[in-house]
Order: sequence, then C-alpha cells, then structure tokens
Amino acid sequence: MSELFVLLGIVLAATSGIPGLLMGRSCMTGQWVTTLLAVLGAGVGLAGVGIFWTGAASQPIVLPWPIPGAEFSVALDGLSAIFLLPIFLVSLLGSIYGLAYWKQTEHQENGRKLRLFYGTLTAGMAMLVIARNSILFLFGWEIMALSAFFLVTTEDDKQDVREAGWIYLVATHMATLCLFALFGLLRAANGSFALTPLAEGSLTSGTATAVFVLSLVAFGFKAGIMPLHVWLPGAHSMAPSHVSAILSGVILKMGIYGLARITSLMPSLPLEWGEIVLILGVISGVLGVAFAVGQHDLKRLLAYHSIENIGIIVMGLGLAMIGRSLGRPAWIVLGLGGSLLHVWNHALFKSLLFLSAGSVIHGTHTREIDHLGGLAKRMPWTALGFLVGAVAICGLPPLNGFVSEFLIYLGLFETLGIGKEPSFAGAAFAAPALALIGALAVACFVKVYGAVFLGTARSDHARHAHESPRAMLGPIAVLVACCLLIGLAPLLVTPIIGKGVSAWAAGLKDASPQLSNLAPFEWITFMGLVLIGALLATSALLWLRLHTSVVQKGSTWGCGYVAPTPRMQYTSSAFAQMLVGLFSWALRPHVHAPKGMPMFPQKTDFHSEVPDPVLDEVVMPVFRFGGSLFSWFRVFQQGSIQAYLFYIFIALIGLLLWR
Amino acid sequence: MVQVLDPLLIVALALNFVALGVSRIRGVINAVALQGILLGILPLFVHPDIGLRGILLVVVAIGLKGFAIPAFLVHAMREANIQHEVKPVVNYMSSLLLGAVGTGLAMVFSSTLPLAEEHTGLLIVPASLSTVWTGFLMLTTRQKAIMQVLGYLLLENGIFVFGLLLLEAMPFLVEIGVLLDLFTGVFVMGIIIHHISREFASISTEHLTELKE
Amino acid sequence: MDAAIHNTIHVLVALTLSPLLLGVIAKTKAFFAGRIGPPLLQPYYDLVKLLRKGSVFSTTTTWVFRAGPVVALVTAAIAVLLIPLVSARAPISFTGDVILLAYLLGLGRFFTASAALDTGSSFEGMGAAREVTFACLAEPAFFLGLLVLAKLSGSLQLAGMLGGSLGVYWSTAGASLALVLLSWFVVLLAENSRIPFDDPNTHLELTMIHEVMVLDHSGPAFGLILYGAALKLFVFGALIVRLALPVSTGFSWLDWPIFIGGMLALAVAIGVVESTMARLRLTHIPVLLVAACLLSAFGIILLVR
Repeated sequence: MSELFVLLGIVLAATSGIPGLLMGRSCMTGQWVTTLLAVLGAGVGLAGVGIFWTGAASQPIVLPWPIPGAEFSVALDGLSAIFLLPIFLVSLLGSIYGLAYWKQTEHQENGRKLRLFYGTLTAGMAMLVIARNSILFLFGWEIMALSAFFLVTTEDDKQDVREAGWIYLVATHMATLCLFALFGLLRAANGSFALTPLAEGSLTSGTATAVFVLSLVAFGFKAGIMPLHVWLPGAHSMAPSHVSAILSGVILKMGIYGLARITSLMPSLPLEWGEIVLILGVISGVLGVAFAVGQHDLKRLLAYHSIENIGIIVMGLGLAMIGRSLGRPAWIVLGLGGSLLHVWNHALFKSLLFLSAGSVIHGTHTREIDHLGGLAKRMPWTALGFLVGAVAICGLPPLNGFVSEFLIYLGLFETLGIGKEPSFAGAAFAAPALALIGALAVACFVKVYGAVFLGTARSDHARHAHESPRAMLGPIAVLVACCLLIGLAPLLVTPIIGKGVSAWAAGLKDASPQLSNLAPFEWITFMGLVLIGALLATSALLWLRLHTSVVQKGSTWGCGYVAPTPRMQYTSSAFAQMLVGLFSWALRPHVHAPKGMPMFPQKTDFHSEVPDPVLDEVVMPVFRFGGSLFSWFRVFQQGSIQAYLFYIFIALIGLLLWR
Repeated sequence: MVQVLDPLLIVALALNFVALGVSRIRGVINAVALQGILLGILPLFVHPDIGLRGILLVVVAIGLKGFAIPAFLVHAMREANIQHEVKPVVNYMSSLLLGAVGTGLAMVFSSTLPLAEEHTGLLIVPASLSTVWTGFLMLTTRQKAIMQVLGYLLLENGIFVFGLLLLEAMPFLVEIGVLLDLFTGVFVMGIIIHHISREFASISTEHLTELKE
Repeated sequence: MDAAIHNTIHVLVALTLSPLLLGVIAKTKAFFAGRIGPPLLQPYYDLVKLLRKGSVFSTTTTWVFRAGPVVALVTAAIAVLLIPLVSARAPISFTGDVILLAYLLGLGRFFTASAALDTGSSFEGMGAAREVTFACLAEPAFFLGLLVLAKLSGSLQLAGMLGGSLGVYWSTAGASLALVLLSWFVVLLAENSRIPFDDPNTHLELTMIHEVMVLDHSGPAFGLILYGAALKLFVFGALIVRLALPVSTGFSWLDWPIFIGGMLALAVAIGVVESTMARLRLTHIPVLLVAACLLSAFGIILLVR
C-alpha cells in the first residue's frame, strides 16, 4: 500500500513539469499547474511514507522489465522511508517557494526547464531510494544526476554557472562509473542484480575491499566527503536558491543512503572500514567548517557547511560500523540513530538557510556578504528564519541540531568503555573534534548573521532591500516549525529512527526501545521547555523594567568619533581573519595586500579570498596535465572522411586477423 | 614509589611544552632549570638506598643543572643583550604540536621495546624519548644561539632520565658521564656565544652562514 | 523533602555567591597592588545600581541586542542547575547532561557575540571575533577533560563524573586528573575573560575581549550581563572546586562550608594569577589554548595507554 502511494507520488512528480512545457512562456498558468502537480505528488509520497510508519508491513512490488538482468523491484523499509521524507518535503516546499522566487514571467527562458527538472529530480531520487535492483538504482541515480546538472545550469548564459555545471557533471559521472564497477562486483558475488543482503563468505577479502573503496569513492563524490567535494561549492552557489536547498539538503543524502545501503548488505564489516569512515567524517567536518569560515559569498559559505554536516553524519555512520564490527549494539543504535536523525535535521535546517538566503538575494540582488548589512530591519521575517536556521545548524539547544549531535556524542563517549564494557578508545577522540566543529560553526554563523542582518547596510543593495512575498516566507515558516518540533519533542521521531537502525543492522530488532533507554529524550524535552520558559519570563521582566525606566536612543558609541560610516563596521573577512590564520595551512588564502606604505599615502586596496585548494591545486592541474597528454591523440582527428574510412578498414583487418 | 615517580615525570614532560611554547628566553631558562632540579631528585625515588655517594651526586646534579648553568646562561643573555627569540624556523604553534606528536610517538614506541619487568609500566622511557625529541626540535628550529644551548640541555636531560633505568646495574656511571658532558658543552658554547656576539654584534645564528666562504 | 532542601540551598548558594567571587578577585588584586580596593560586596551594589538606572539604546540595534543579555543570563542560570556542588547531587541530572551544559554556554556565546555585532561598531566586532575564535580552542580542551572523567567514573552524568569516588581516582590516576585540573583552569580563565587572555580592567578597546563586546549595553540590560558573567564564572569554578576537593563527609552542614571555602580560595587563586601575570600577546593566546588541549589529551592518553 505504501509503495503504491510512493510510486504514484513519483509519477506525479516526474510528470509535473510537462504541462508547463506546453503552456505559454509568458504567463503564470503553467507554473501554477506545475506547482499544483508537484505539491500533489509530494503529498501523495509523504502519505505513503506515513502509512508505512503507522505500522504497515512492507509489500514489495515487482514488475518485469525488458532490460536483461533488471527487474522493477521496489520496497520500502525503515532506511528508505527515512530518506524519502526529506525528498518529498523539501521538494514540496521548494515548489511553493519557486512560485514567488522564480516566477515564469520574470524568468521566461529557463523557468519551465527548471520546474521540469525539479520534478524529475524528485522522482529520480525517490526511485533510487526504494529500488531493490541495481539497474533500477542506477536508473534513478542517473535521472537524479542529470536533472541536477540541468538545474545547476539553469542560468546557463553566465560563465560561472556553466563552469560549475561542468565540474559537477564530471564529478557525478566519475561516481556513476564507480557505481557500474561496484554493481558489477556485487552481481558476481550475489548472482543477480538484486540488492539483497549478501551471504557469509560470498565475497573474498579482496573483492570486499574493492567494493568498499568503490562505494566510498562513488558515494563520497555524491555526498561531498572531503577530498571529493570539489564540485560542491560551485554547484550549490551558482544554482537558484530553492535548487540549492534540494541539492544541499537532499541530494547529498543520496550519497549517504548509498553508503548505508551497501554497508548494510555486507555480511560482516572489518574494523578498518569503520575507522576509515570515522576519520573521513572528522576531516570533512573540521575542514568543511574551516573553509566555510573564510568565505564571503553567502551561498558558497552555506555549501561548505553542508560538507561539515555530511562529515558529522559520516562520523555517526563510522561509529555504527565500528559497533557492528565489534558487536556493540549501543554504539550502533547511538551512532546510526544520530546519523539518520542528522540526515533529517540537516535537510530541514539547510533548506531553511538556503531558502532564507534566497529571500535575501531576492530582496537585495547580491550574494556578497560584505555588501549587505542591517537587513534585519528591512526583512524581519527572513532574518528570523535565518536566525533559527543558524542556531539549529550550530547544534545549540533547544533546536533539532542539538538532538542529533547529542546522540553522536553519547555514542562516542560510550566507546571509552563505560562500566565493564571494553573500549575502543581511539574513536572517543572524535568527541573533542565534534566540539571543535560545533565551536567553529558558532563562529561562522555569528559572522554570517552579524554581517548580513545586523549592523548597518554597507551598500545600496542592502539599503533598498525589501521583504519577500508570502509564498517564499511560508516554506521558511514551515521549516522553522519542523526544527522546533524535532528539537523540543525528539520522542516523536524515536520509533522512526529505531526502524531505520533495525533495517541497517540486521541482527538488531529492538532498536527503538534501546534508543529510548540510552538517550534521555524526555529530559531534553523538559530542558528545552525550561529554557524557552525562562527566556520568555526573563524577557518579560526586562521589558517591564525598561518600560518603567528612562530609555533613550542614540547612536552607537564610537569612542567620540562623530561621523561613523557603515564601512567602519567589522566586515566578515575581518571577523574570520584570526580563524583563517589558524587554519591557513589548509585554507591557503589568497591575500592581495598593499606592500609597504609610501611617504604620502595613496589610494590602495586590500582583497582576500579562500578558494578551494583541492580544486585549484590538485584537481585542475591533474586534469590539465591529462588534457595535455591526450592532446597527443588529436593527431588522429583529422576531420577528413578518407582518414576515418581508413581507420575503419584497419579495424576490420585487425578483427579478421584476430580470429 | 611509583606514585610519586609518575607525577614528577609528568611535570617534567609539561616543562618540555613550556620550553617549546614560550618566547621569552628567561622563561625557557627557568623551565629547563626546574626540569633539571626535578630530574636531579628523581634518583632518590628510583633507588631508595643509594648511600652517601649517591646523595652527593644528586646534590651536584641539582646544583649544576638547576643553578650554575642557568645562572651562566642568564649572564650570557645579559651580555648579548637579548630578551626574546626572534621568529623561529617553525612557529610556536607548530613546534608545540610537533612536540606533542613526538611525545605520543614516544609513548607508542616505548610500549614496543623489550624492557625489564619492573620498567614496563613506568613513564621513564617515554619521558626520556620525548625530552630528547623536544631538545632536538629546539636545537634545529631556533635561531638564537642561547636557545640552541637550551635545546642541548634538554637533550642531555632526556639522556639523564634514560640513565635512571640502569641505576642498579651501573650506579651513576651514566649520570656522571652526562654531567661532565654537559658542563664541557655549556662551557664551550659560552665561549662561542661570546665570540659570535663580539664578531657579529648579535647572536642570531643565521649570520654564521656568512662564514661558509 | 531532603532533595528539595538540598536543591533550594544549591540554588541559593549559586545565585548569591557568584557576585561575591568577583569581589574577592578584585580585593586580591588590590592587595597585591598595595591598595585597599573596593568593598567585597561591591558587585552587589553595582547590580542594584544598574537595575535602577535608565538605558540608552543605539538606533542601529534590533531586538537581538536586547535578547543578548537575557540569553546569556538564562543559559548560565540553567547551567548552574546541572552542576553538582556538594555530595554528588545536582538539581537536574541525566545521562549526557554535560553536553547540554557545554552547548548551553555556546548558546549564550552565540547571542552575546550577535548582540555585539548588532551595534555596527568595529570595537564590538573585534571583541566578538576574538571571543568566538578562542572558544573554538577552549571547547576541545574542556571535552578532552570530560573524556578523562568519563573513563574514570564510567558515568556520563556530571553528578557521577564529579561524584564521591573521585577521591579514590586521585590516588590511582592522580597524574591524569592533575593534568585535567590544570587544563580546565586555563579554560576557566579563557571562557571568563581573565588574564592572561583578557584584562577585565583596562577598557582599552584594542585589548579587550569580553568588556568590549558589552561596550554599548547600559542600565538593567548591563546588569543582566554582569550577573550572567558572574554565574558563568561560578559554573566553571564549581567544576574545578569539585574536581580538586572531592570531599563528601556526609554532613551537609560541613560540606557546604567546605565548598564555599573552596570557591573563595579559587577566587583568590584567580586574583593571584591576574596580579602576577601580564596579558598575553594576542597571537600567543592560541598557543596557550592548544597547550591546554594537549595537557588534557595527555591526561586521557595516560589512561587508555
């Protein structure tokens, strides 16, 4: 039943953009119809997932398919259901957002294309999540990858956008190539293309290592694990904001889904795999947020934060893998539970942040943080939404980010060997690393929130900003409510997460009660309510006191200087300077500074930026070198028909001689 | 006995980090002097009954490493008129982290060595190896000659600690040898510093490269 | 009933003792300087005075500026409820409450720094930038110390970690606990903006961290900030006093005075450190914080070797 609903949702979403293609490009009717269909499709999909969680058993649907080896086999299980919710929810909210953000009347060339591929993207992702056959998985994967490419290059008249799109395309196709190899190996071990758990001993250790490495590379590319993240900052910053929301909030999770699914199929996990995944998670987390601190493009900064949060999710997954290797159910429950909950939380607050950023861009027409400022007065609702997203992404109570990080902390502390349990203490050092990540995230988001929304406007863009229409603020409000809900009532999601954990670790049937035992969610709810209550009470008291005392207004104290300008404020790069300096061994900032002061000061300028060193210093040179190597082969491409006929003749002779 | 030994060695290890992270030369001299005093009284705890000769040696070691040599270095410092280390080859944060990595590796390495029964759980070997590493780090990455002398002192402290293991077999042979070595070395270094300072009007050793032709 | 009395005394001691710590520190510094110094109860007089004053708000600021002091105070106050002061009991205690403690203080820091940026002044921006940067290095040091305590006590609750058997652990793993104590003392100095990280007395914009972040606050809001800072000092101080003096005689009329005596001794120690050291150069502060992290790291390495 639930699978039927989900399939219906997929079909509706896939076809939602088609009516828009047929209607005119200069009126809004097409957009309304498309949005309606997209919302309907997402709603139906969500209903299917909801039915699954209310206790319905999974009824796999198997249909024959003419492609050899493939069959249309879909089923919902705990793991798939968890990933389906962000797919449909963000797609739904993004479509509504697009009604005001990417109006057909304002974007006549690319509006219909965007909505078409938004629908197919949703359909592709939902398909790959419920697929139980490798070929079907690849089918959904490619639809997702190509739709995402077309969405990233929506504004393909701009040079930057095209470049970002190309890098994304190369990365995603390298991932697909690895996936082909991966599924080939799995077929050799399993005997068919079905995605079912492998039997003990069906994989030799060499093949198992190859499977692990291939899945790590393939899904690492898609998820944006360092150092395979090179496509992420460009793609997420150049795409329209509601597309960035789904790219960051949902597509990255498809990589996580792939990793989780493949590791769940393995009969046994060697300890080194879990260790490697944990270490990769720590590196992505710390360096991701360090890179974010140095950015001054609003969306690029948010993109690097996605890398950080993927790092946290991967840390949880690594902990769960170590738990499965050593046979510790508590570590599995806490690690994977935290990881899956963070998948949800990140989808929610990252989409919230990107939609708010889109609102800022809509109101000011610039992404540059150092040209903004003081927007909280002109765009109060957007500011509030961004603040909630910022507090959530830093993992601060009482919002949802705290709950998932809490679970991962508990899991990492458990590895010390609490009580009589033996320990694997190396993993415990990831807990201070997680604390470092949290503190760096606070630093970064204070910088962004302060530079964009607080203070005074630094340019005309910001001075003439206007608040966004309700169609854009509505989805933001919904996401705020979701963040608050999960943060204050995590007990609601415990059974769902428990089902996901049970689906991953086959031997663990009672994950939900274990999760409730290990993690005191009632206390989190209680403390969250106490915090909010105390805040409201103290604010009321302060307000009363201020109202009964003398309150004057003045300008900010500037040490007696009577003509302050907005340019005297701390800029975002100044705020981040000390941290960028501490991490300069990894960030390699490019600083253009005046060299020495002449006797009479002249006009000069200072400029600093943090490009991506992996992209600029590793990937690009390698590709350039490869390009120069392959240019030797260009001699064969003469362009003359005779030469090509000659090649065919040679090939024919070769074939005849070979046999 | 072990209860007192471990904390003392921990303090000695902490003093390594103080020596690596501080830029004031006087501070580093104080840290190395304090470490010398601490290590000087260690033999009293390792071998409870060492006799008069042992006590005499402990007193000489403390006197030399804790008071005489530091006073000598302070005098050299005043003569050359310097207070701070100029930018070292590796900056303070990196030298601190390198010292930490070295200490960690020393701990791992020492657990793989085939030590005698009573020495395996102690911190003596890791402390000695990491002090040697710290001294070596200071010798190679600091530019002022006095800092290099202090690095040499740390190196000798490390060897001194290692010698504690041989206390029963060859009482104090290593210790005496180290002390003589130390005294001679510092004496020679003092003379050299005096000459460098006179020749180049500074004791930054980068000027010494001018001597290569 | 017994628990209710204990919790009431806990809250009363925390709320009333915290400003006294500031007074003791000031008196100690005056003693070292050969002055008589302000009276011990001066912080209380300051709080009452500020609550009665009027305020001046900048036209650049928004509601975030008014929210900053409120969040700082409330988070510090709730953090006080999580710490065990005597006899290993805290009013609120559950598995993982120590993580909530750290992140509550982080929430306070987020809003204080945002309120500072709200004024649109470069002074406050400077202070906010430094505050969040140094917190990045102090948090790992704190958590590494928590790893040591969790490993020794086998519990993930603060009340369990700083519980009664801590005295036993001092004799078996004294070296690790001494390292953690030293490291946490450095973290206390860093998080509460004491010398050698920040000078709470200079009011020179270029040299301050905390003082410059709250430069534009006035009146009752500033009083909330002052009290919140006192409570935060109390939180960190209580952790250190519990770690250093894990006595639990069983007689509450003896335990509370011992604890209060320990807190006052800690305040004197902070005053001594402030009087005998100078503020570190800004570029050297990360080195000291990394050294604190390394001390804690060696504490846990010694345990799991």
